[in-house]
Amino acid sequence: MKRSLPTRGVETLLGWGGSLTGVLLFVALWEWGSLVYGSFLLPGPRDALAALGRLWQEDAAAAVWATTWRAMLGFALAALVGTALGILAGLSRTVGRALEPVSTVLLGIPPIAWIVLAILWFGSGSLATVYTVMATSLPISFAGAQMGALTRDRRLQEMADVFSVPPLMRLFDFHLPHIVSYVFPALITALGVAWKVAVMAELFATEDGIGAGLAMARVNLDTAAAMAWVVLVVALLLVAEHGLLRPLQRRMEPWRQTGRGGS
Amino acid sequence: MLRLESIGHDFGRQRTLENIELTVSPGESVCLVGPSGCGKTTLLRIAAGLVTSTEGRVSDGFRRSTVVFQEPRLLPWRRLLDNIGLGLKAMGVPRRERLARARLLADELGLAGHHGHYPHELSGGMQQRVALARALAVDADLLLLDEPFSALDVGLRSEAQTLLIGLLARRGIASLLVTHDLTEALRLGHRVVVLSPSPGRIVYEQRIELPFAERDTAFLYEAAGALLRQSAVAESFLFRQDEVSP
Repeated sequence: MKRSLPTRGVETLLGWGGSLTGVLLFVALWEWGSLVYGSFLLPGPRDALAALGRLWQEDAAAAVWATTWRAMLGFALAALVGTALGILAGLSRTVGRALEPVSTVLLGIPPIAWIVLAILWFGSGSLATVYTVMATSLPISFAGAQMGALTRDRRLQEMADVFSVPPLMRLFDFHLPHIVSYVFPALITALGVAWKVAVMAELFATEDGIGAGLAMARVNLDTAAAMAWVVLVVALLLVAEHGLLRPLQRRMEPWRQTGRGGS
Repeated sequence: MLRLESIGHDFGRQRTLENIELTVSPGESVCLVGPSGCGKTTLLRIAAGLVTSTEGRVSDGFRRSTVVFQEPRLLPWRRLLDNIGLGLKAMGVPRRERLARARLLADELGLAGHHGHYPHELSGGMQQRVALARALAVDADLLLLDEPFSALDVGLRSEAQTLLIGLLARRGIASLLVTHDLTEALRLGHRVVVLSPSPGRIVYEQRIELPFAERDTAFLYEAAGALLRQSAVAESFLFRQDEVSP
């Protein structure tokens, strides 16, 4: 449905206003908590911001970069392998039966156990972190792709039979566009997991990165710095989701956009 | 010519079709009519080669046959022209040529101005016309139609029927159309074949000589009334309430 430009502008503003209200409410609660419990246990938003500024001068950018490339590399590998295997598992019942228990087992292993194993196998360092990120986010992208491949529309398959659509065209024109709509939400979830796990793995396995910064804050009993790192991680995750994955989804699924107008 | 010889079919333990003999000659329009659940859709799918019948033989002498389903079954992620050109793409026709042919067909079916639209942006009637154009695009000489207009309201349905008659006649395409609506069958067919339910059997057959253009509403109701006075037709339509749904 088409609406006039001013109407849409007002709606957008109201939408932003709504989100802003949520954020401000959260910050207010944070400030209140800090007043009640004191700035040692819970430093207020202003303390966290000040700590962030301090960290930035002490070269937090390098830490952010280290965490980013570890998280993104692990995520990219998991997305590629998981999606490919998931599609195979959804298209072929045999492959599905073989891989599903593996995925369930992987999903059941807690990230902390992966970190211990990874450190034992690869030693401390980036490799252990990247491996842990991959191992924990792979089952998520696998499940998304498999679900997409399993829910293909049988009536469209029959239509493809009528027009004797060749296998490759069937994959690209019938299967993949449907699967993509399941893969993207799974990837967004996997990205969140990748980021959190990367920070956690760094806490144990590396000497740089945001996780290592958090470890340092713990040693120094510097709660404000820990808060500052948390703010940084959340900001990075939002940038990755809204700056990378969502625009990519909009580009790959133009046929959905017009239907979304009102929401 | 399409020839169905002594077709019998079981669905699980249920007998759905019994000893069906049916032919469709080039350029001829045959309408298969029966109450829901009488196995007429199954028969169409057997004719299309989508289902293999338990008994009997299907021989299809037509160059190319396609199916128009009850629902449009368009690809939601493809624009109108690409949906029309789908069969051509499957045949390996280059993109430029298939878009040109799709454009011509779209305009002929009154879809001009919607070339770049996705299916969800089109009305139900337009979607079904896209499905019809997709079937015509591959230059078929036999069209198998499975209640193609049943989802449309009365006005749109009548419009679509007129369109179909014109398209088939201009191209000399043969058709086998399945419907539960007697008047629709009487309007679109050179020949009307009545199927009885459980198991589906051909109980009555009638040739209609009147040209399509002269079949007005009065004729349709009169002919439908006359058909229903035939005891075999009346029985399959009116007195079998115990039929199973498809």
